[in-house]
Amino acid sequence: MSKIMEWVDARLPVTALLKSQATEYPTPKNLNYWWNFGSLALFVLIIMIATGLFLAMHYKADANQSFDVVEHIMRDVNYGWLLRYLHANGASFFFMVVYIHILRGMYYGSYRKPREILWWFGIIIFFMMMATAFMGYVLPWGQMSYWGAAVITNLMSAIPIIGEDLVVWIWGGFSVGDPTLNRFFALHFLLPLVIFGVVMVHMWALHAVHSNNPVGIDVHEGKDTIPFHPYYTIKDLYGAGVFLIFFCAVVFYAPNFFLEPDNYIPANPMQTPAHIVPEWYFLPFYAILRSIDFLGSFSKLAGVIAMGGAIAILFILPFLDRSPVRSFRYRPLSKQLFWIFVVDCFVLGWVGYNPADAAIFDGALPLIIVGRTGTALYFGYFFLLWVITAFDIEKHTPVPKSI
Amino acid sequence: MATESDENRRDFLVLATGAVGAAGCAGAVWPFVKSWSPSADVLSQATTEVDVSSLAAGQMITVPWQGKPVFILRRTPEQIEAARKADSEPLPDPAKDADRVKRPEFLVLLALCPHLGCVPQPIGTGNYGGFLCPCHGSHYDTSGRIRQGPAPKNMAVPYYEFKDEKTLVIGKATA
Repeated sequence: MSKIMEWVDARLPVTALLKSQATEYPTPKNLNYWWNFGSLALFVLIIMIATGLFLAMHYKADANQSFDVVEHIMRDVNYGWLLRYLHANGASFFFMVVYIHILRGMYYGSYRKPREILWWFGIIIFFMMMATAFMGYVLPWGQMSYWGAAVITNLMSAIPIIGEDLVVWIWGGFSVGDPTLNRFFALHFLLPLVIFGVVMVHMWALHAVHSNNPVGIDVHEGKDTIPFHPYYTIKDLYGAGVFLIFFCAVVFYAPNFFLEPDNYIPANPMQTPAHIVPEWYFLPFYAILRSIDFLGSFSKLAGVIAMGGAIAILFILPFLDRSPVRSFRYRPLSKQLFWIFVVDCFVLGWVGYNPADAAIFDGALPLIIVGRTGTALYFGYFFLLWVITAFDIEKHTPVPKSI
Repeated sequence: MATESDENRRDFLVLATGAVGAAGCAGAVWPFVKSWSPSADVLSQATTEVDVSSLAAGQMITVPWQGKPVFILRRTPEQIEAARKADSEPLPDPAKDADRVKRPEFLVLLALCPHLGCVPQPIGTGNYGGFLCPCHGSHYDTSGRIRQGPAPKNMAVPYYEFKDEKTLVIGKATA
């Protein structure tokens, strides 16, 4: 065995790569469980690609067949129900894991110098995930698939001058239809593989600058680090086990918890369901989109820009945060802003889930007001973070000299 | 310092964890493997029913069974005679005609050449009064036995039974 490895290593240094980048890769010794979610995201990506590949072997992208073929997968194909439920719920769990991963990065300042490029590739992955998830949701060709596709593609029509033509081009017709379904399937198959490639770049960027840590200070290799194996392999495996308990509980005991009943009705271009909602992981952005309704004929475009901006603003986060300290552990004001931001995301999600014209407190508080406030708070987080750090308003607590 | 019992304990834990992990992975892989097996709708087409009462002596029909062609030939007395006579000749793949049919007048054959899977041509096209595979020139007699050419075996007889006087069922229904 060692003879064979010697032969290989002389030609391709596999052992050296594994040693420097995996087994002996120096990792801060103080990483907490929030650092599990990166490897967990990769784990879910692999589950999604594996189940997706096998589903594609049974699926047909055809407006007349797709709905039935999904039921064929559920009823006829051996373990087809398992593959589909793993895949459909896997999408939800993927977003949960990635949202926690992003929020961890925001809390501990993992986007700060020298990790900006690492952070940007993460946002690119997140954006591609959203596109992939959206197109995947269209494939079962149920009512929610169809009308979700209709609403989201219609957003493009807000773009001035070329908008209307662009939507026709995306549809391949004058409404969402068979050509749309076919191209969405092709892209839904391709994009996860592209995501996998960008994940590799994300990890390259990580290994170039090494992991941040809860204290947020630069670590000294040797004194502050431990080898990735066995310490973090075993910790990541443990995390994967805990994750699987929750994941399997949903897949086996509540597989339709995250799915919309209306999507078990075949797509009908003649009738929109009474209340259409996106998947939960899009709800906050959906709420931001709908909250811009006070600009008259400009509202539609402004809503789309606000929704895109909600993600795009993450790109400049490394430059908005001017604090000398990375970790929010030692930044009392930032910490408060962060938790307001987290709660605000949940509130926006709840607003997005409810009908646009709903109200609370016996109609005294229309949800649109809550949505607008939530949108202001969302962007306010980034603005205020800049204000309190750029003008030295925040006084940080003592930061340890070493971990 | 790690004592010997600590090391034994650690070895045991590593082995036990590895074994549980391997079992778990195998269990996770199984549904993927199994998803390639024939699905319920395919299995529901596992048998083919044919009304053979209208076949004239010497007439042959081709019916699909599990996506494959099956020849059903109502043999003439001469064809049966020829097949029985050949029983005693030196055959490449010896088989008695009586063992290859349930009723002497009906010959049921999986119409795929055992050489490389082409469909042989109908009765009367080959030497020995039987079938000729056009791909590589295998000749079969009136019992579907290989007589000449590259095929290693006789044409296969699928499982079939007569449900009643008129109806022939090819294939076995599975759960």
